[in-house]
Amino acid sequence: MVNTGKKFMAGLAGLFICCLLMMNCYAMESYPEEIEIDVLSELYQGVVFDHGWHVMMTEGCAVCHHHTTGTPVVDSYCAKCHADEKPMATVSCQDCHSSEPVTAGSVREKDAFLFHDDKPDLKAAYHLSCLGCHQEMGAPVGCQDCHARTEAGDAFFRAGQFAPTGSADSSGY
Amino acid sequence: MSKITRRKFLAGSMAGGAAIAMAPTKKAFGANLEGFPDGMGVLVDMTRCVGCRSCEAACNKEQNLPEPDKSFDDYSVFDERPHGHYRRPTEKAYTVVNRYDPVDEQPVYRKIQCNHCNEPACLTSCFVNAYTKTPEGAVIYNDKVCVGCRNCMIACPFGIPAYSYSSAINPIIKKCIFCYDTRLKNGQTPACVEACPQQVMVFGKRKELIKIAHDRIRRSPVKYVDQVYGEKEVGGTGWLYLSGVPFQEAGFNISLPSEPIINNVKDFLAIVPMVLAIWPALFTGFHLLATKGKSHGHGDDHSHDGQEEH
Repeated sequence: MVNTGKKFMAGLAGLFICCLLMMNCYAMESYPEEIEIDVLSELYQGVVFDHGWHVMMTEGCAVCHHHTTGTPVVDSYCAKCHADEKPMATVSCQDCHSSEPVTAGSVREKDAFLFHDDKPDLKAAYHLSCLGCHQEMGAPVGCQDCHARTEAGDAFFRAGQFAPTGSADSSGY
Repeated sequence: MSKITRRKFLAGSMAGGAAIAMAPTKKAFGANLEGFPDGMGVLVDMTRCVGCRSCEAACNKEQNLPEPDKSFDDYSVFDERPHGHYRRPTEKAYTVVNRYDPVDEQPVYRKIQCNHCNEPACLTSCFVNAYTKTPEGAVIYNDKVCVGCRNCMIACPFGIPAYSYSSAINPIIKKCIFCYDTRLKNGQTPACVEACPQQVMVFGKRKELIKIAHDRIRRSPVKYVDQVYGEKEVGGTGWLYLSGVPFQEAGFNISLPSEPIINNVKDFLAIVPMVLAIWPALFTGFHLLATKGKSHGHGDDHSHDGQEEH
């Protein structure tokens, strides 16, 4: 009897742990391992984002995906409304963050959701989220740690083959 | 030769008096002017800036500026202190980013460029009228008119106008024009704003930007200092700043008055045309009245006063 009880309890505990894991992995069953971010590539080449690795490293999907994946919401600002949110149909960044640059006019559009009005555009959403976390975690923060620069980028930054020749005088001040 | 009559003199005096009475009304109107209603601006959220210098590179490209001394991905410039000061805009760079290191805080990056004041001191100080404040909000200048006197460099409370010291023949003022020629007048976002990866800057109507700025402070009161720099400073500026550290720790001048710089001299300047226009007539009138009945036209009145009584 004692053995059966122990087994039962162990089984229950196992089931409980499985449940917990399942809850954590709720929306993770079909997440992509790699995502190529190249919507904005001009000065830089596209970034191959190791999504799978970042899923392992972070506390939960909500660190980046706010309230859209059904996992516990991390940001207290989002949690004010979305504390018990179910997984949503749209989870990718560009579904909500526009690739059009944000202006004062677009921020203050009347039909925007009240608390979503001042959301960053896509380029900023990527950088604020990625770079913000990289700074906190001590991960690489240099531009070219994530992006390989294109030739147009080198010309833009006057670097590489377009670096200043030094002939210009420095009396600008 | 018509003699001045008492009636003519009184009429003249009254006209002068009316002009004097009008002057204060005009001044009061000017002081309440809040700039062009649809003037554009940019809100700079310094809590987002990481000092990547993309804005500097974008400005260089957009304005066809000369080759920089160092590449725009060279971050050693943040340690430069030309003439013992932080970097400032030059003829080769209309905007620069500086790094400040507040005590016990993360470094703060501050982009500087022309703030495009509602009532620009540079414009006021320019005696050849080279400067214009456009209805779109830009403070632009006509480099063909500029004589290179550098009054505006002294007048600007933000130390923005730069000088083409490299030109031996025709040195003139150089500064950020809000991308007016290529973008702003078509309603387009300035190049630096567009290039920013972190969306540090939002472009739009100044009035709306002030609301957005205060909304951000209200939503994240811990993150921001409760002040929008440029909302009130020197009569308001087109470019506005939000900061996570006290503004003086990021190199801002916090002792600027909320009144436009021109208000310091407006009273005096308003008197100048009046003095020039009215005083000669007024005192000639007094003189003629005082010497009425006495003979005129014998040279120096004062030296002949005694003789004329004979």
